[in-house]
Amino acid sequence: MNTINTFSYMRLISFSLLFLIITFGCKRDEFQKLDQRSWELTWSDEFNGEEGESPDTLKWAFDIGTGEGGWGNQEFQYYSDRPENISMDGEGNMVITARNEPFAGAAFSSARIKTQGLFAQAYGRFEARMKTPYGPGIWPAFWLLGSNIETVGWPQCGEIDIMELRGQEPHIIHGTIHGPGYSGGNAITKSNALINNRYDKDFHVFAIEWDKDKIDFFVDDYLYQRIEKSDVNGEWVYDQPFFILLNVAVGGTYVGFPTSQTPFPQTMVIDYVRVYKEKI
Amino acid sequence: MNTNILIRFIKHLSLAVLLVIAFGCERDLNDLKPVTYPTNPEVFIDDFSAGLNYAAFGGSDPKAFSVDKEVTYNNSIQSMRFEVPDLNDPRGAYAGGVFYLETGRDLSGYDALTFWVKASQAATINIVGFGNDLGESRYQASVSNLLVNTNWKKFIIPIPDPSKLKMERGMFFYSEGPENDRGYTFWIDEVKFEKLGTIAHPQHAILNGEDRVESSFAGVSKAIDGLISIYNLPDGTNRAVNVTPAYFKFISSDESVATVDDFGKVMIIGSDTAVITATMGGIAADGSLTIQSMGAYLNAPTPEHAPENVISLFSDAYTNVPVDYYNGYWQPWQTTLSADFEVNGDHVLNYTNFNFVGIQFSSPTINATQMTHLRVDMYIPNPINAGTVFKIQLVDFGANGAPGGGDDTSFTLTFNSASLISQDWKSFDIPLSSFTGLSSRAQLGQIIFEGTNLPNFYVDNIYFRK
Repeated sequence: MNTINTFSYMRLISFSLLFLIITFGCKRDEFQKLDQRSWELTWSDEFNGEEGESPDTLKWAFDIGTGEGGWGNQEFQYYSDRPENISMDGEGNMVITARNEPFAGAAFSSARIKTQGLFAQAYGRFEARMKTPYGPGIWPAFWLLGSNIETVGWPQCGEIDIMELRGQEPHIIHGTIHGPGYSGGNAITKSNALINNRYDKDFHVFAIEWDKDKIDFFVDDYLYQRIEKSDVNGEWVYDQPFFILLNVAVGGTYVGFPTSQTPFPQTMVIDYVRVYKEKI
Repeated sequence: MNTNILIRFIKHLSLAVLLVIAFGCERDLNDLKPVTYPTNPEVFIDDFSAGLNYAAFGGSDPKAFSVDKEVTYNNSIQSMRFEVPDLNDPRGAYAGGVFYLETGRDLSGYDALTFWVKASQAATINIVGFGNDLGESRYQASVSNLLVNTNWKKFIIPIPDPSKLKMERGMFFYSEGPENDRGYTFWIDEVKFEKLGTIAHPQHAILNGEDRVESSFAGVSKAIDGLISIYNLPDGTNRAVNVTPAYFKFISSDESVATVDDFGKVMIIGSDTAVITATMGGIAADGSLTIQSMGAYLNAPTPEHAPENVISLFSDAYTNVPVDYYNGYWQPWQTTLSADFEVNGDHVLNYTNFNFVGIQFSSPTINATQMTHLRVDMYIPNPINAGTVFKIQLVDFGANGAPGGGDDTSFTLTFNSASLISQDWKSFDIPLSSFTGLSSRAQLGQIIFEGTNLPNFYVDNIYFRK
């Protein structure tokens, strides 16, 4: 190889490198570039109650018991409304605590609350700032269900899982939608993994931004998944109001069994839940 | 001298001047940079990392460790192979040793030691860890009872407080004995320190997390034990790490009552109350020791019998004969615990939560046929109430020299509250002839103390004399 050739070769490499940087740089930016929107708060709970206080019944309703078939997922816990399972910590957070204790015939107790019948909204931004629990078989979730679940049933009502996590993988969260023809194992889902970190070490903001054409999933304002109407191989059932749910399940088909090595109690600490609509 | 040389000379001159300016003046200690040590994270990837040595533990099979080219993790070139010997193998009783450096490494940027392990059979490796430098092993950390099987598995040992490991020489150590008396082989590969970032929720404890309250005296020293650190691993499960005291910072609430050093050794120096607590890496440890010091300790009377006329079981004044134990923890009925202490070099037995306790001396038994008296010094720190009873039983094991066999004889003497004193030493000096049912004292094997309404007392100077 003579000098001129070497030079051109190097130039070629540098050029391609530059090109690569430009293309990849843009691609990611493109994905993160979102339409300017201005949000208007429509509903929130900041959980600023006294220590031991129960959730505000004007905003939240409890799911109590073991549900039908472990809430449809073979979950192990009994959901109660006791402060031992759900209450304010007096420091601006609500804490859901999963305990390893025989309670009302179940081996574990925990809590699940929802805004069903109290608040529901179609479209907008739904976000929660929280610290997740951990340990094999622990399954925390911040999610939405279509308000028409009572009449049309699941999965026709639609389900948007803003944040789910398997406690044996405390560094990975999952954003998912379930609807008719794409539910359970066939749901549309994507994960976001932290590198050299995990979600239970500090607070993170989990959010969706949802309009008539798409649902965007965020962690700490990083867009990791966009599901567009055209991506859905089935009926798009996301043009009606959805209500909010928060819970910590123990066991179940999604997460597997807790083991003797699962540390208990486990807490999900929620700083706030806020819902916005687009300002027009 | 031509111009070039002149220029060069001037150049050098200015450099020299600069050097004088920089180094010539008085040395400023602030300019001294601390010595830094290499941060190489590798211990054994495909071979010994730079500077690594191996030494087998005493009593272990010195050839237990070798480098293996056949069984390796992920088809790497070489692994570490450990052959655990059978029980009674003449080469050594177990496999164990240390991988160490002559000069330290700075491991403060990592949060775990990790490695892959597999074994020729399912087994439980007794202990693996790091921080053993064949010397002080100041920052030793280890995991006990590692479950291994015939598949390669990755293990993580969290570093308790990485900021301490600025010049660590102990890179890895292990110790493993036979499984069900039989030896086997295990392999370890890809041993390295890592910054995982996924180790979370550290919890530390002293005294196994208990809040203990103890009455004591000035001059008593005791060690804070039960040190544990628990970490949550990347798979959400917890791992307990055995840690050395140097990882903790110990604190005394009142240094005029008790001091505590870097190694968790408490010295009681005054009277009143002091609480000993600890932190690690700025996180408070569970557990505490509250010392209620009653001030100066009253020593037991110093025995004055000539040593040649004494067979001593427990005394700092004499050489004691072999004793199996001073507390047999006889289950299931015994509630007595021991809180023995040392005060200004004097060892004292302390029985707490007392109902009865056995002191056994069976190997060999004691022939006290030439002796005439039993001496026991006793101190009861709490007031005595009317129902308090104390009993001393002497047991002779008979011709077979062992408990049972139908040849044991014994006799119990009872002392009621009137013959006991509190907050002072009571010296029992009992003629052996008072133990009327004791038909022999050629094979004495046990002294048993028993009591009612006597929760706590100290004992010193237990011996037979003539």
